Amino acid sequence: MQRLKPVDIAIAGGGWVGLAMAKEIATRTSLSVVVLERGPGRGLKEYAAGMDEVDYVLRHKMMQNLAEETVTHRHSVRQSAVPIRQYGSFTPGTGVGGSGEHWQGLSYRFLPDQFRLASALREKHGRNLPEDLTVQDWGITYDELEPLYWRAEQMMGIGGKAGNLRGQKVEGGNPFEGPRSYEYPNPPHPETLLLSLFTKASKELGYHPFPTPAATLSRTYQNPDGITRPGCAYCGYCSRFGCMIGAKAQPTNTLLPLLIKRRNVTLRTGCNVRRVLHRDGKASGVLYVDDKGVEVEQPARVVILASWTLNNARLLMLSRIGEPRFGEPYDPATGKGTLGRNLTHQVSNFTGIFLDKPLNAFMGAGGLGMTLADFDGDFGLDPKFGVLRGGHIRVMSGGETPISSFGRVPPGEARANWGSAWKKAALNWWDRSASITNESEHLAYRHNFIDLDPNYTDRFGDPLARLTLDWTDHERRQAGMIATVQQSIAKAMGAKTGGNSRRVGAHYSVVEYQSTHVSGGAIVGTSPETSVVNPWMQHWSMPNLWVVGASAFPQNSSGNPTLTVMATAYRAADALLNRYLKHPGPLA
Amino acid sequence: MKRREFITLPARSLGGLLLYTLAREPFRVEAQEGTVRVPLRFFTEAEARVVVAACERIFPADASGPGATEAGVVIYVDRQLAGPYGRDKFRYTKGPWVDSVPEHGYQAKATPREIYREGIARLEDFAALTPSQQDERLRAIEPTVFFQMLRRHTLEGMFCDPLHGGNAGMIGWQLIGYPGPRMSYREEIGRNPGEPWRRKPVSLSDMVGHPVKGWEEEN
Repeated sequence: MQRLKPVDIAIAGGGWVGLAMAKEIATRTSLSVVVLERGPGRGLKEYAAGMDEVDYVLRHKMMQNLAEETVTHRHSVRQSAVPIRQYGSFTPGTGVGGSGEHWQGLSYRFLPDQFRLASALREKHGRNLPEDLTVQDWGITYDELEPLYWRAEQMMGIGGKAGNLRGQKVEGGNPFEGPRSYEYPNPPHPETLLLSLFTKASKELGYHPFPTPAATLSRTYQNPDGITRPGCAYCGYCSRFGCMIGAKAQPTNTLLPLLIKRRNVTLRTGCNVRRVLHRDGKASGVLYVDDKGVEVEQPARVVILASWTLNNARLLMLSRIGEPRFGEPYDPATGKGTLGRNLTHQVSNFTGIFLDKPLNAFMGAGGLGMTLADFDGDFGLDPKFGVLRGGHIRVMSGGETPISSFGRVPPGEARANWGSAWKKAALNWWDRSASITNESEHLAYRHNFIDLDPNYTDRFGDPLARLTLDWTDHERRQAGMIATVQQSIAKAMGAKTGGNSRRVGAHYSVVEYQSTHVSGGAIVGTSPETSVVNPWMQHWSMPNLWVVGASAFPQNSSGNPTLTVMATAYRAADALLNRYLKHPGPLA
Repeated sequence: MKRREFITLPARSLGGLLLYTLAREPFRVEAQEGTVRVPLRFFTEAEARVVVAACERIFPADASGPGATEAGVVIYVDRQLAGPYGRDKFRYTKGPWVDSVPEHGYQAKATPREIYREGIARLEDFAALTPSQQDERLRAIEPTVFFQMLRRHTLEGMFCDPLHGGNAGMIGWQLIGYPGPRMSYREEIGRNPGEPWRRKPVSLSDMVGHPVKGWEEEN
């Protein structure tokens, strides 16, 4: 055991949140900051030589190595869980930048009513809500986050088209979004054939398609920190890859360059935080294992947990923070306890389409797409399906890679998925297939939660996080409603459908990739009885411990989470710097 | 020490480029005669012969273009199995090992290497059968973990970057019209909608200007 000199701030995790918090603290104060990242360093040079589907898409080279640590899953408390042995319905990243390096760059804001979902549902449905629903208000409003969304959009250089400028509807943008103070920093990407077919068809059906807000730059851009990045080259090696030219906003090309210049920040790679140390109700530092296997104690005045969603909750559990009260583990039998509750993913189905013209689908950018929000939130819900909330519908020209895109064949064209007849059909349809996708809100339920697994451990012998998670009929109905719309758009596009489609099945599956948008476990709220962190992301029972990330989402919204995660990180940083440091203590 | 094992493949598959297609019409530009002996890292020669024959039925050379043998799929599979993936260095392999529902995916202990060893053993004499007999044998094992893996690896070996040993001469990419990893489509994106953009492919090593090693070469 090695004990280091104390620092002011210790941050667990060097992804979007960890580096954003480090940047805010280190550039606005002279406090000493240490960021502990479990993975290796990352950079542009390795990304050009990393444009390889086998190593990066199929072998998950940028993701956490499951041989060292995974999570376990079961569908209900009546079962014992088994480990997710290989990827996987979600793929958390590792290394500097974390999942922010290999993300796709879709940068929606959440809808205003998604921050007060419990109130909104009560106002509309009164007591006619499912008993096991545990959705909550965030205790943060859209209006409070709006300037912080704008800060994140400028930092990343998001391209898009506003649909609601200070309450004025703008043609071509998303008419259902909350009001924005400003137009996007950059224009949308150029439109591909797939996008224009989708746009035309959905307009004919009376919908309002808009360019998907993208963190892949549509032109050369200098952000307010003075960081200049080039416009996207549409190479198509985007999601699951790091950007070789820095056009996709990533922690390593927006935040890291600022941190390298600061003498008060140290970034240590290969350092895996195992515990938050604490005594007398205050965090005193972190315990980690460095890249040589040495246990190191890093004392700190303030600790910030900025690791991936599930690990934030797990670190709190392993460190036994919040016991006996205010932050103690959740018990689904009694509904008592807060740590681990409200685990959500998203409802994500897609409809495979086959078109008569080649798409050149290997060209693209992670964020290059069209979305419609006509069925998002509370809008356009078809009463026939009896759903409480909807979601986005979209198409992406995200850049297809040859192995993954080969073999999609309309139903009935080949008996098997191998052999001569299948090969001929697959060759015929290659580059003429795509999918209309969806991400819908996932409501929180009493029976979906995280705790520690009693049987399986990581490479240090610490218990793995155990997910108890399953779909309910509500998610199947959501997917059914969205699928009906997807089918009608496909028809209007003149596409064949069938095959290559996914609906919400009887049970949650860990097998097929869905998205890395798992959330909850250390949720935000207005009361320590029902949440782990207060509306400034400060732990209710330990004021010098901050837990930031999608772990704070009380339930999941329809959009991709990163932009909202960044807005809440800015909120936490502002509260920490402007209020907490002046009067250390609980802010709520 | 283990005896060095080799697989003998037609030379045209592993050097001379034979196909070039723009409108997905394959044609031979050059045929190289003779055979090449490729050293094996994991398979025995007998095992490799079974794999070559089975992959060729999964992705056969036929009227629609070349197949798995010409692309050197067996070399790809051999290298993957010899590397960290084959030894399950990327998979959680702590017990207890229990069976579970399909939603939990593959939960058994056998590594890809072991799955192949056992699967191939059950296909003894496969290489000597007629194509239709071979198809029958494969149909019988279609639901097995081994066959699913073999099918997946066949496609990977057809369409991977040649740095991994498959897609020899970028024959798979030419077959479908994939141009390989490229720095930029700034001039092409959104232009000429509906027109296929097909070019002679480049490999990752071509693009970055130096040899690139796959992950299977490490550990």
